[in-house]
Amino acid sequence: MSNYRDIASQGLWKNNPGLVQLLGLCPLLAVTATITNALGLGVATLLVLVGSNILVSLVRDYVPKEIRIPVFVMIIAALVTCVQLLINAYAYNLYLSLGIFLPLIVTNCVIIGRAEAFASRNSLAHSAFDGLMMGLGFTAVLVVLGATRELLGQGTLFDGADLLLGEWASVLTIHVWQVDTPFLLAMLPPGAFIGMGLLIALKNVIDSNVKARQPKAESVGVTRARITKVS
Amino acid sequence: MAFKIASSPHVSTSLHTNTVMKRVAFCLIPGIAVQSYYFGFGTLVQILLAVSVAYLAEAAVMKLRNKNIKATLSDNSALVTACLLAVAIPSLAPWWLIVIGTLFAIVIVKQLYGGLGNNVFNPAMAAYVLLLISFPVQMTSWVAPQTIAMNHASLLTSVQTIFEINQSFAAEYFRLGIDGIAMATPLDTLKTDLSMGLTTTESLAKPIFSGLAAEGWFGVNLAYLVGGLVMLKLKVIRWHISVAIIASLFVCASFGFLVSPDTFVSPLMHLFSGGTMLAAFFIATDPVTAATSPRGRLIFGAMIGVLIYLIRTFGGYPDAVAFAVLLANMCAPFIDYYVRPRSYGHRTGK
Repeated sequence: MSNYRDIASQGLWKNNPGLVQLLGLCPLLAVTATITNALGLGVATLLVLVGSNILVSLVRDYVPKEIRIPVFVMIIAALVTCVQLLINAYAYNLYLSLGIFLPLIVTNCVIIGRAEAFASRNSLAHSAFDGLMMGLGFTAVLVVLGATRELLGQGTLFDGADLLLGEWASVLTIHVWQVDTPFLLAMLPPGAFIGMGLLIALKNVIDSNVKARQPKAESVGVTRARITKVS
Repeated sequence: MAFKIASSPHVSTSLHTNTVMKRVAFCLIPGIAVQSYYFGFGTLVQILLAVSVAYLAEAAVMKLRNKNIKATLSDNSALVTACLLAVAIPSLAPWWLIVIGTLFAIVIVKQLYGGLGNNVFNPAMAAYVLLLISFPVQMTSWVAPQTIAMNHASLLTSVQTIFEINQSFAAEYFRLGIDGIAMATPLDTLKTDLSMGLTTTESLAKPIFSGLAAEGWFGVNLAYLVGGLVMLKLKVIRWHISVAIIASLFVCASFGFLVSPDTFVSPLMHLFSGGTMLAAFFIATDPVTAATSPRGRLIFGAMIGVLIYLIRTFGGYPDAVAFAVLLANMCAPFIDYYVRPRSYGHRTGK
């Protein structure tokens, strides 16, 4: 059981794909101008990640070592195509606003990274859980970054949520404050880089604070380099 | 033992950072005075605002970093950064513009990189670019120089406009300014006119270009030139960067002007409008972010001059000083690497 807890803490915090592994930075920085886009891409990545981890884990004993990467890429590409067609069918406006970054999930390093580092070595249940946790960790970073940029940039939250969730969701849009002049930097890629840097810094600050608060391990007496035998 | 890597020059003098920075600030005074004469008291209000925000921000960061607050504040570098940013933005711009800019300059561009001496980019110019790409409308709404303006702001009106207490003056002013006299800087006007198919002669006939180069801006640039020459005399800066900027801009502009005087403006116009002199003497000569050897400084300055000309002439923004300085800042370590001076006893520096 502790194994599952460990996988969860790795994916969500300790080894977070966005903040620690810094994988998949291209979509992370490009589509996080609003929460809606961030959430859409996060969920799409999550689905692909869980699916690819399951499939890779299933075929891991039958794929020769030498050609494993092409096989993994084929699996991921097939899944991305499925997700892309689904979003195209059920959330067409979101499909338009995510644009090229949806098919580009194929090249997202988080997915191939987890397939290679985890799913190809672990059982089906563990791999599926790892995909879920890594996907959630990635989505969380996307959403936090998207929320910050949207709030600073245009003073709203969940603007255009109806693109993702259907007509009813337009009530979700919260106008936190009225902005006469949008803070363009937050909406532009440089703002994403600065925001991402600050998020990583924040995580490191929290980590070091937690570490400082933990009681220091008791020193185990005098440790000697060489102990002469006492007879 | 810690292996210390310090950039040259390694000679130490009695001149300390706080003295140098104080002298730079004093040499800015003629320029600031002329600018306030032409563009109103707003300039002074912006400077006051910027300096106080800069000191507060610097003190806050120093407290967070557990450093000596007083020692850092008394090096006067925040003062210079704040002044440079404040004179670069329009005099009646809303208060939050300069506050955001100063906070960005001090907290992110300077202190996050490790404080004075470790910043890669010139803080004032990085903040200027941030403001320009974030708030293009506010950043290009200059008032007309007092000498040709229809009405001008008193001290009270300036304060009210900047702090957005009473917007009637700004509303009135910028509505009147639709004819293009009040809103844009000379360089901006020129760029718009050229894109509309006017020749330079037709554009330069507008009242904003009365006087030698451009009304108001000529005087401002002249004052910064005087301040810069004083700095040279006081040995606060070396001549290489300033001379290289002015010379390269002059050469580029003369070439364009000789080839096609109808579409390219004269070198005089380039040298004495916009922020040319401010950049050449006060901004590009920042010892932290510029190249360090004499030859490196010449290359660094020439690069800025060429970039200013190219961006002004072919780029999307009317003035280019900030972009040119930032691009050159990026190249400074590279320039330093290839232009190492000959070390004593060796034949070449390689």
